[in-house]
Amino acid sequence: MTAIRSLVSPRLDVKSLPQAISESIVRVVESDPPMIYVIPDRLVEVCRSLKETVGLEFDYLIDVTSADYLDQLEVVYHLHSVPRGHALTLKVELDREEASVPSVTGIWRGADFQEREVYDLMGITFTGHPNLKRILLYDEFVGHPLRKDFALPKEDISSQIG
Amino acid sequence: MKQNTEEQSKSENLASNGLVVRLGERQLVSVPDEALSPADEAIYNNIVVSTLNAVYNWGRRNSLWPVGMGLACCAIEFIGTQASRYDLARFGSEAVRPSPRQSDLMIVSGTVTKKMAPVLRRIYDQMAEPRYVIAMGACACSGGPFVGSYNVVMGVDEILPVDVYVPGCPPRPEALIEGIMAMQRKIDKQRVLLQYVRGDK
Ligand code: SF4
Repeated sequence: MTAIRSLVSPRLDVKSLPQAISESIVRVVESDPPMIYVIPDRLVEVCRSLKETVGLEFDYLIDVTSADYLDQLEVVYHLHSVPRGHALTLKVELDREEASVPSVTGIWRGADFQEREVYDLMGITFTGHPNLKRILLYDEFVGHPLRKDFALPKEDISSQIG
Repeated sequence: MKQNTEEQSKSENLASNGLVVRLGERQLVSVPDEALSPADEAIYNNIVVSTLNAVYNWGRRNSLWPVGMGLACCAIEFIGTQASRYDLARFGSEAVRPSPRQSDLMIVSGTVTKKMAPVLRRIYDQMAEPRYVIAMGACACSGGPFVGSYNVVMGVDEILPVDVYVPGCPPRPEALIEGIMAMQRKIDKQRVLLQYVRGDK
């Protein structure tokens, strides 16, 4: 079973990452796939070497999502390599008040809508994004509803319950 | 015995003139005109007397073409209603139109979000009159499981006039068919023809 599993999805050894990446890592979490936290300002360089280094070749960004931990926000990138078959979870920790992270649309075009969704629902700004506006909610909406401290205006709730 | 042979020869005679289809014990015979007796002739030329409104409503209620308005999970149940097992075609509503111009019934099957609401209203406005709306599922009836949500309209009746509500999450196909039949009963009571002839609203 182990043999078959490693055939299907080879594990990436985080310790063997090139220096350009490893010096930007804040910490590593042992999991499957492995998870690394990187410095937000260095995100684009890290992503570029993850995509372009021979042997890593993370050419597929599965998704971009985010989480609110009340004291901080996290943006999560799930990466996969089609030629190598291995995967990696990349995270950045952000300050709640000025949540901003460089956009990776220049590396993976697929990040476009995903980053807009994170911006729309979690209020995280992606600097360098070509078209950062709401994607799921209507343009006049105020606030970012997936933040834990988001609350509907009182009159909205009472009119709904009627 | 004699009668039997007589009938047999008669049917053979018919078979030589027209088409005979055998269904087990029975035979369906397409009869050539000259073989009809005067009594048969009278049956074929019969006249049924009815009111124009009844005939008009009969036609309308049995060809309610819905506009495709599947907004969430309820749409799957609507598709199931339409497919072979529940066969909505028996009620004349299987022809789901992609264009509001060709439809007279809107089955709102799913959650109406605030972003979708203006689109929904616009499609409704584009439908030809007389037009009807069925709210299918808890979401379309009242917001359903999304009460307290930041982005859901609390029932499609906030933006459109609704004729029939079908509760459930999702309603089973039988429930939707019952809703369509309720719609048909409602149409039967209307006097739309008169309104249109006289130009009433
Ligand atoms: S009523 Fe239930 S099944 Fe239907 S759209 Fe709403 S949540 Fe989905």
